[in-house]
Amino acid sequence: MTGTQLTIGKAVNEGLRRAMEADPKVLVMGEDIGKLGGVFRVTDGLYKDFGADRVIDTPLAESSILGTAIGLAMRGYRPVCEIQFDGFFFPATNQTFTQLAKMHYRSAGRLPMPVVLRIPYGGGIGAVEHHSESPEAYFVHTAGLRVVSVATPQDAYWMIQQAITCEDPVVFFEPKRRYWDKAEVATDADPGSATPMGAARVARPGEDVTLVAYGAMVTTALQAAEADDERSIEVIDVRSLSPVDYDTVFASVRRTGRLVVAHEAPLSNGIGAEIAARVTEACFYHLEAPVIRISGFDTPYPPSRLEEHYLPDLDRVLDGVDRAWAY
Amino acid sequence: MSVTHEEPELIQLLTPTGELREHPDYPLDIGDEEMRGLYRDLVLVRRLDTEAVALQRHGELGLWASLLGQEAAQIGSSRAMRPNDMAFPSYREHGVAWCRGIEPRNILALFRGVTNGGWDPHEHNFHLYTIVIGSQTLHATGYAMGIQRDGELGEDGSAVIVYFGDGATSQGDTNEAFNYAAITNAPVVFFCQNNQWAISEPSERQTRVPLYQRAAGFGFPGLRIDGNDVFASLAVTRAVLQQAREGQGPTLVEAFTYRMGAHTTSDDPTRYRVTAELEEWKRKDPILRLRTFLTNNGIADDTFFATVDDEAEKLGETVRADCHSLPEPSPLDIFRDVYAEPNIHIDRQRAEFADYLASFEGADAEGGQ
Repeated sequence: MTGTQLTIGKAVNEGLRRAMEADPKVLVMGEDIGKLGGVFRVTDGLYKDFGADRVIDTPLAESSILGTAIGLAMRGYRPVCEIQFDGFFFPATNQTFTQLAKMHYRSAGRLPMPVVLRIPYGGGIGAVEHHSESPEAYFVHTAGLRVVSVATPQDAYWMIQQAITCEDPVVFFEPKRRYWDKAEVATDADPGSATPMGAARVARPGEDVTLVAYGAMVTTALQAAEADDERSIEVIDVRSLSPVDYDTVFASVRRTGRLVVAHEAPLSNGIGAEIAARVTEACFYHLEAPVIRISGFDTPYPPSRLEEHYLPDLDRVLDGVDRAWAY
Repeated sequence: MSVTHEEPELIQLLTPTGELREHPDYPLDIGDEEMRGLYRDLVLVRRLDTEAVALQRHGELGLWASLLGQEAAQIGSSRAMRPNDMAFPSYREHGVAWCRGIEPRNILALFRGVTNGGWDPHEHNFHLYTIVIGSQTLHATGYAMGIQRDGELGEDGSAVIVYFGDGATSQGDTNEAFNYAAITNAPVVFFCQNNQWAISEPSERQTRVPLYQRAAGFGFPGLRIDGNDVFASLAVTRAVLQQAREGQGPTLVEAFTYRMGAHTTSDDPTRYRVTAELEEWKRKDPILRLRTFLTNNGIADDTFFATVDDEAEKLGETVRADCHSLPEPSPLDIFRDVYAEPNIHIDRQRAEFADYLASFEGADAEGGQ
């Protein structure tokens, strides 16, 4: 088996290409994704190779993108929708939450919605307002949507393909500040050997504290684990935010007795809150400390000159580990 | 069935070669002083824009959305406003901001990432920049409905003008605003700068009909003006704002112009458009044609132009210095103004973060690092 060095952005691109080659029903659609190749160049080259019928530059209207994806899916197409930036998703909220998410349920299974909604998300690139948000909690609160976030080129390459073949709508969060991170991807591996989309991944084994993260925070968590000389930190990249692979998380917490969850999104009612509740319910007798959450604040995403304070960094993650360790 | 449309009619008062054309419905009706003032505005906002692009290139701004090429559309329309009229911008309306008295440093603060606002919308009757495309069209309509309710219509009443681009005309919000303003006869002018490009997508990807013709379907008038003609922009906007003030309802003005630069400093237009198009529009430059007109008609001479150039240079220097001297926000500013009323949850989170930050100060002092 040979691998290729790919960035996360290029890995999504290669995964899209492979999915489009495998299935003529796969369409890619969004704003500026054609000739320009998307503002992050994730669809670069697809317009040239697959044409305007399959790589659709949509009008500047996010509700149109999601709404028409639903109609196309009813005809057997598999639309992969790109939302340009996290904060631009919201005009498509109605189509996503009232229609896309519920269609399978209300049609008694007659109308599966194999739609992928790709969203570059999160901060750390010095952007203007609405370009740095982490809105995943809104999506995981909506039944009918699967929600994933990738942290490595390997996962970016395989998970986009898994998302496209999934019969359910999948919200696919791409951590934009990690788009340029590079690693080896086994592009010619047997697809069946790839980690399933819903499974969590132990990114670094450890014994003293479990540190759960996803998206851009996985790298930060790994750096924190590396920097910590005193404690052996196990880092879990949960990968799937809905549903969460709790078995992997529980097994780790039962060994370590301590859990820290880290995300960029605001603290309250977020992914961390849900994981904390579940772990408390399932692992109560194994816990040596309360579950600690490290996150963005319960404020709007601040202007970019302040984002280094808003985004949990290595120090804040280790502060969380310290607090868990203090019990 | 194919639908044919009449050839779009372009309202133009000042030709690209600098000749004045009277228009029966839109008299220019301004003096020499005001003409020179328009020229000064155009040059200064272009200088502001050039300086901001340079500041972004030097890493002083996170981003800049250039107005290059759209100066006349913006300056003409905003000089048509009265102080008590209200403007709702998108994020490229630096020329409008200039005319509404917004200090350039406050616009830079937004693009530097110091603030998400930058000025008091009530003080200047100029709303904050809106980035999510088209959202402000409904705000403007609601504001105009407020004017109706407050009985502020009439000859000396007030009206609203909302700025957006060709891309925004695809958004539901914009179309909803057209409809709502029409059925309420709201005093709002929809000022669409059709700069031909929504990032990489040409306006053909947004519309099958000339944009100004959309208004007819909603039941109010639409006009297309030469967006690079500051006189047309001024005269037409002045007329339709007055109609709005006097209770005659909304108008759509499509200012036909061109985005001479990239969408923003993050964009690379060479990937999607040809330079021949740019060259063609250079010949329609809004500043050059006014300068020719002023010169040929003896309204301004070289001394005047040199004075404006000097002023522009000084503005460039001021903008540069102001940008460098913008105060850095404090980390605890993250928690300011989230709510209008005291909020115990935010207060607690702020206090926890203050303690966390203080823990480092102590560590540094003890460690002597």
